[in-house]
Amino acid sequence: MSDPTTTAGAVRPLLEIKNLEVGFQTTDGIVPAVRGVDLTLMPGQTLAIVGESGSGKSTTAHAIINLLPGPGRITGGSILFDGEDLTKYSPKKMEEVRGRQIGFVPQDPMSNLNPVWSVGFQVEETIRANGIASGRKEVRAHAIQVLKEAGLADADKRLKQFPHQFSGGMRQRVLIGIGLSSRPKLLIADEPTSALDVTVQRRILDHLETLTRDIGTAVLFITHDLGLAAERAEQLVVMYKGKIVEAGPSKDILQNPVHPYTQRLVAAAPSLASRRIISATQQSATHSLGDLAYAPTTVTDGLDLIAAAEERIEHQPAVKRPDAIVVKDLTKVYKIRGQGKGSSGELIASDKVSFAVEKGTTTALVGESGSGKSTVAKMILRLEDPTSGSILIDGEDVAPLKGRALLSLRRRMQPVFQDPYGSLDPLRNIGNTIAEPLQVHKVGDRTERRDRVLELLDQVALPQSLITRYPNELSGGQRQRVAIARALALKPDIVVLDEAVSALDVLVQAQILKLLADLQSELELTYLFITHDLAVVRVIADNVCVMQKGRIVEAATTDQVFDSPQEQYTKELLNAIPGAGITLGV
Amino acid sequence: MAGYILRRLLQAIPVLLGTTFLIYFMVFAMPGDPLLALFGDKTPNPALLEQLRQQYHLDQPFIVQYFLYLGGIFRGDFGTSFSGEPVADILARTFPVTIRLAIMALIIEFVGGVLIGLVSGLRKGKLFDASALVVSLIFISLPIFVIAFVAQFIFGIQLGWARTTVSTGAPIQDLILPAFVLASITFAQLIRLTRASVIETQSLDFVRTAYSKGLSRRRIIPVHILRNSLIPVVTYAATDFGVLLVGATVTEGIFNVPGVGRTLYQAIIRGEGPTVVSFVTVMVLIYLVVNLVVDLLYGLLDPRIRYVK
Repeated sequence: MSDPTTTAGAVRPLLEIKNLEVGFQTTDGIVPAVRGVDLTLMPGQTLAIVGESGSGKSTTAHAIINLLPGPGRITGGSILFDGEDLTKYSPKKMEEVRGRQIGFVPQDPMSNLNPVWSVGFQVEETIRANGIASGRKEVRAHAIQVLKEAGLADADKRLKQFPHQFSGGMRQRVLIGIGLSSRPKLLIADEPTSALDVTVQRRILDHLETLTRDIGTAVLFITHDLGLAAERAEQLVVMYKGKIVEAGPSKDILQNPVHPYTQRLVAAAPSLASRRIISATQQSATHSLGDLAYAPTTVTDGLDLIAAAEERIEHQPAVKRPDAIVVKDLTKVYKIRGQGKGSSGELIASDKVSFAVEKGTTTALVGESGSGKSTVAKMILRLEDPTSGSILIDGEDVAPLKGRALLSLRRRMQPVFQDPYGSLDPLRNIGNTIAEPLQVHKVGDRTERRDRVLELLDQVALPQSLITRYPNELSGGQRQRVAIARALALKPDIVVLDEAVSALDVLVQAQILKLLADLQSELELTYLFITHDLAVVRVIADNVCVMQKGRIVEAATTDQVFDSPQEQYTKELLNAIPGAGITLGV
Repeated sequence: MAGYILRRLLQAIPVLLGTTFLIYFMVFAMPGDPLLALFGDKTPNPALLEQLRQQYHLDQPFIVQYFLYLGGIFRGDFGTSFSGEPVADILARTFPVTIRLAIMALIIEFVGGVLIGLVSGLRKGKLFDASALVVSLIFISLPIFVIAFVAQFIFGIQLGWARTTVSTGAPIQDLILPAFVLASITFAQLIRLTRASVIETQSLDFVRTAYSKGLSRRRIIPVHILRNSLIPVVTYAATDFGVLLVGATVTEGIFNVPGVGRTLYQAIIRGEGPTVVSFVTVMVLIYLVVNLVVDLLYGLLDPRIRYVK
C-alpha cells in the first residue's frame, strides 16, 4: 500500500496525499484543521484546491513542505512525493526538497519579499542555496534569466532595486521567478494573485501557465475563487472545514456540482453568476431570470446572486428621480516627491470626473488600484478636499460647508470600508460601536440609542446578543454587518461602500450583497459602490462608471456595459473576470 | 542626503541656544552666593571678593552675564573655573574619559543584549528565555549603586580580577568593570526589545518564504531574522548613549573615574555657571549628533527610509 509501484505504462503520481490530518496545538488540546485529505497529482498536471478561508486549503499546502505555522503539526497520514513519504523526512532533508524539488509561490506579494534586501539578492540566494549555479557571475546571470522568464524584461537593470520600488504585480513575478528558479517538479501556488487587480492577475497566470508547461512542472493551485480554479486547472478539489467535499475534473464540478456546499459555491461565485446573468438576459426577454437560472433554490438558502440581481431589475424605478449626488469636473492633484534628486511632480488622482447618482439607485465606480476611484469617494465624503470641481448632494454644493453644516452633511452620508478587521475599534463592544454615531450627533437618550442599536442589529440580520461582544469574537462577515449597521445608525440617505465586500469569502460576499439590496429597497438608500471587481457590479449596480488613470472612460447602465462595452479598457476588464470561457450548465 | 544633514545641523543651533540659556538661568537662580561659599567658614577680604566678582562678571545682571559668556564661546573661550583653570582644559581632560567609558558600556550592552535577546526570541518560552527574563528583571529592579558596590566587592576585593578604583589616565582595562556596571542599566531593556523584535520578525511572511526557497535555518537566522530585527534595536541602543553619559555620574563617583560626572557634580555644588553650562552644552551637542547618526543609521538599515530635504 505504501509502495506505489509503477507497472509498465502507468505513470507514478508525483504527489499523493493519503488521509492527511493536521492539527493546531492550543491550550485546550489539538484543534484539527485538516481532516483526512486524500489527493493525487500526476506529473505536469495542474490541480486546484478551492475553499473559503479556514477550509484548510492553505494548511494542506504548507503541510506538504513542512512549513506549518508555529503550533501546527501533522497528526496522521502520509504525503508521498515521487514515492517518498515527506512526513518522515528530517528537517535537514526537507531543506533539500524545498526550493529544489518543490517551489512555492506565496499569497501576498507585498509581505513575502524581505524589505531590507535587494530583489537581486533574494533571487541570488535562492539560486546559491539550491546549487543551481555558483560563482558570482554565473549566479547573477542565472538570476537575470529567471526574472526575465518570469516576465521582468528589464531584470538586469532592476536587480539592485528593493522590493518597495516594485509594483505588486512585479513583485509577484519576482516570487514566481524564485519559485521556479530551480525547475522544480512541483510548484505550490498559494492564492498567487488574490492581492492583485484582475487584469494583472490574468496576465500573470497566463504567463505562469506557459512557463510551467514549458518546464513540465506540476502545479498545486490554491484559491478561493471557483471560476479562477476551473479556468486554470484540469482537476478540482473542493475543501470545506478541513475535509474534501468534492473532487474531479473542473468542468464536471462546475456544470454538475453534487455536494450541497459546492452547489452553494457555484451559485454564489460572482464571476460565475455574472456570466449566467449575461447569458440569461441574452437568451430571452420573454422568460424571467428566475426560470432560466440554474435551479439551486433548495440548497442556496436565498444566497443565489441571480435572485438578488433579479430583485434589482424588478425594483428599477419607472420614473426618473432627482439626483442624490452630482459630481462635476472633480479634480484632485497630489504633489509627489520624485525618484531622483530634488525632482518632484504631480499626480492627477482624479481628472475632471463627472457623474450623477439618482436617488435610490446604485452607481458603481470600477477600476484597478490607482485608478482614482477611492480618491473620488473620499472627496464626496469630504475626507479629502478637491483641487477643483464641485460636488452637489441633493442639489446643495458641499464645498463651502464647515463645522455644524458639515456635521449634518456627514449625518446624511455614511461610509462602509473594505477591511472589516481594521474598521472596527477592537476595544469597543458592538453596541457601543453602532451607537457611536448617535452619540456624536447627540441623537436620543441612552435607552433610545439602545433601542435603535437593537433595531439595527435586526436590520442587518445579527442576533441582538452580539451587543456586548467585541469585534475579535466575530467573523469577517459579521464584522462587515456591524460596519453596515453603524453606517445606517443615523438613517443616512447615501451610503458610500468602498470595496465593502472585497475582503470577504464568496458565500459571505453573496449574503452581504443580498443584505445591501434588501436594505436599499426597504430604506430607499442611494449607494455609491466602489470596487475593482466587475463581477460584483453586475449583481448590485444600476449604473457603472469605469475609471482608468483618474478618468472615467466609460459610463452607462450596467446592462449596457456588460452587453456592449464600448471602450477597449472595459472589454479587457470584462475578459479578465475569471471563468469567462467556461460553459456553465445554464 | 547632504541637504538633510545640513538642515539637521542648523536645527541644532536654536536647541543649543535654548538649553544654554535655561541652564545658565537655573545656575543663576540657585540660592546662595557662590563666591562666599568658596571661602567657607573664613571671612573673605572684601577687596578680593570684589575683584573676583568683577572677574566672573557676577556683579552684572543675569542677561549681561549670559551674553558675555555666549560671546566668549564664539571666540573659543569657555571661561575659567573658580580654581583658575580654563573650562576648555577641564572639558578636554574629562570628556574623553567619560566618552570612552560610555562607548565601552554601549558595546557591552549591544553585543550582550542582542545575543541574549536573539537566543531568547528564537527559544521563546524555553529555559534559556525564562532565565534571561528573571535575570534581566533583577537588574532592572536594582539601583545602579547597589550593582556597583556588589561588583566592586566581588570582582575587585573577593576575586581580585579588577581594581576597585580607576587610576589616573583611566586606562581601558581599569574601565572594564565600571563599563559593565554602567551597561547594566540599559542592558535588560535591550534584551527585552531584541527578543520582542525577533519574535515578531520570525512570524513574518518573508521568513516563511525564505524557508520555502530552500534556505537553511543557519542562513535565515542572521540574514532574514536578525538583520530585520535590528532596525528598532539599533535605534534604541544609540539613543542609550545619552542615558549612559548621564548614568556615568554615579558610576564615576563610585569607581573614582576622573570623568565628566564628578567634575560636573562639583561645579553644580559650587554654582560655577560657566563650567556647568559648558559641560551641559557639550553633552547636548553630543546628544544631538548621536541622534543625527541614529537617523542616518536608520536609513542605512532600512532602504525604505528616504530623507526629506
